[in-house]
Amino acid sequence: MGIRVDFEKCTGCGNCVPVCPFGLIEITDDKARIKEGCTFCGACRDACTFQAIIIEAAPEVVPVDDTNRGVWVFAEQRDGQFKGVAYELLAKGRELADTLKTELSAVCFGHGLKEIEKLMAQGADRVYVIDDPSLAQHQEDFYTQELARLIQEHQPEIVLAGATALGRAFIPRVAAILKTGLTADCTGLDIDTEKRLLLQTRPTFGGNIMATIVCQYRRPQMATVRPRVFKRNAPDNSHKGQIIKVDFKKEAVTAKTRLLKFVEDLSERVKIEDADVIVAGGRGLGKPENFALVEELAKVLGAAVGSSRPPVDEGWIPYSHQVGQTGKTVCPKLYIACGISGAVQHLAGMQTSDCIVAINNDPTAPIFEVATYGIIGDLFKVVPMLIEKLKGT
Amino acid sequence: MNITVCLKQVPGTTQVKIDPQTNTLIRQGIKNIVNPLDTYALEEGIRLKERYGGQVTAISMGPPQAEEMLREAISIGADQAVLLCDSAFASADTLATAYTLAQAIKKLKDFDLVICGRQTLDGDTGQVGPELAEMLGLPFVAYVSQIEEIKDGLMRVQRLVEDGHEVIETTLPAVITVVKEINVPRLPSLRGLARARSAQIPAWTAQDLGVDPNMVGRAGSATWVVKIFFPQRVRRAEILPGSAEAQVDSLISKLKEGRLI
Repeated sequence: MGIRVDFEKCTGCGNCVPVCPFGLIEITDDKARIKEGCTFCGACRDACTFQAIIIEAAPEVVPVDDTNRGVWVFAEQRDGQFKGVAYELLAKGRELADTLKTELSAVCFGHGLKEIEKLMAQGADRVYVIDDPSLAQHQEDFYTQELARLIQEHQPEIVLAGATALGRAFIPRVAAILKTGLTADCTGLDIDTEKRLLLQTRPTFGGNIMATIVCQYRRPQMATVRPRVFKRNAPDNSHKGQIIKVDFKKEAVTAKTRLLKFVEDLSERVKIEDADVIVAGGRGLGKPENFALVEELAKVLGAAVGSSRPPVDEGWIPYSHQVGQTGKTVCPKLYIACGISGAVQHLAGMQTSDCIVAINNDPTAPIFEVATYGIIGDLFKVVPMLIEKLKGT
Repeated sequence: MNITVCLKQVPGTTQVKIDPQTNTLIRQGIKNIVNPLDTYALEEGIRLKERYGGQVTAISMGPPQAEEMLREAISIGADQAVLLCDSAFASADTLATAYTLAQAIKKLKDFDLVICGRQTLDGDTGQVGPELAEMLGLPFVAYVSQIEEIKDGLMRVQRLVEDGHEVIETTLPAVITVVKEINVPRLPSLRGLARARSAQIPAWTAQDLGVDPNMVGRAGSATWVVKIFFPQRVRRAEILPGSAEAQVDSLISKLKEGRLI
């Protein structure tokens, strides 16, 4: 893959300069020059009236194996219970499989798995199960080897997994074994039906721009998605599937890591991801002491306290409160954002909330694009008044 | 105990502003910095060296200006640094990046531990660490928040998970990624700054690594960006009018109507 400017055609008009999202084009000696760092997005090529910008496709390093079929979802569980993200991915996976006219399968590892029927009620046509005492706890070395082996045997075209602590740690290892592409933290998944390609959209560059990514020449196409980004479907108990029990090839894997113990963190009793109401503060609070205002409003509403990234980076509040692409994804009934401008990376973590209230003094703040109700004003006036009136009711 | 620390130079802000006239990123005034989480990786490497002896090598794949960042790593306490720099490495996805780093780390030979930051500020994927581990054929532990002990070729660490932490034992050599709870990074020392000024930082090319050009950079990447766009800017919110008091009253009545409070 490469980009070049045909100097015969280039007139140095400069139309391409402003459209480059990375500001990499300069006009020198009446010709457009493209600096290093190009992502080949094609914006400049499309803006050029003279067809002077040429993007050359890479040679097909690995011929695409177009025989891969089927959509797979890795269904994560702890203590025999599937995580919500497994059901959310099955809902999205069902949609993708229907568009591709193929089957949807779930894969699960563990011991004493009793809820497998639930995966079928959520849309799985098949469930591959490895049930073994040594898989009772998350054993990433086993998970990595066994998922890679099953994918190699059955050759699905798409594999989706939750971007949980477990998924983010072992799914990239599976992708590395399979030498295929993996896109982290997707917020949109669609199919290009003509090319039979998975279009994977995610926020990038600190979350201020969106990128659509494809894995054109390798299979499977793999993506992770954070919990609560997609909505799950209501279970359909009439949807039947097939359970395929797979033997655990333990002797083929040497585990080099060993889980000695798990210690639950009791300080995080109020989990923001489970809260019905969240009050969150952002950079607009100005200084750490002002977080007390957010905490007080949260207390009055019986809500959990959230934060955008800047206060966490500044050390005003612990990371466990961070909502967004690099923090937690939440979906409460009510989300009140105080002094949060709404960088895409924050929006990615809360925009599916049922009702969003934004309080901000900047009318152009992107938070108003996702909010249900907006108050343009000084949060130091509005929030204390809100607290007072709520206390009175 | 020889330690290799992977560093990346990134644009020093997450608050990228967009020029509404041209719809492009405003890059002026944005300095490149070392990826913040990588500074914790470097600090942990230096602490392990102080505890167990050995050497710390800082490694980065990037353009020529990343050399400046590696010099900074030496001023903080790294013993040596290597830059992987070749136009063939440009526009790599995580798979091609991990492959290039793996080849360089193999060339460095003698190491017991590779430390990476949990993820980068710009890409945010957190994938290079685990992919690198697999390509080196080494065990991997993510989100390490404390290294408890290293003894007899085994390392015991704490790692953060969603609702607490796990204690994990791994054989060495190994690859880990660290979170910012692990330490407080130090500042450069005067002696370090002097050492950094005179340090030789080799720049290895694809040829130096002996890698197949089709396995690195854009050509070696499995994923490509096909479209970049700015999120649609359409205001959806119902803006509540009036004075602060009127706004608050109307908000409370709307939330009550919706049975949200």
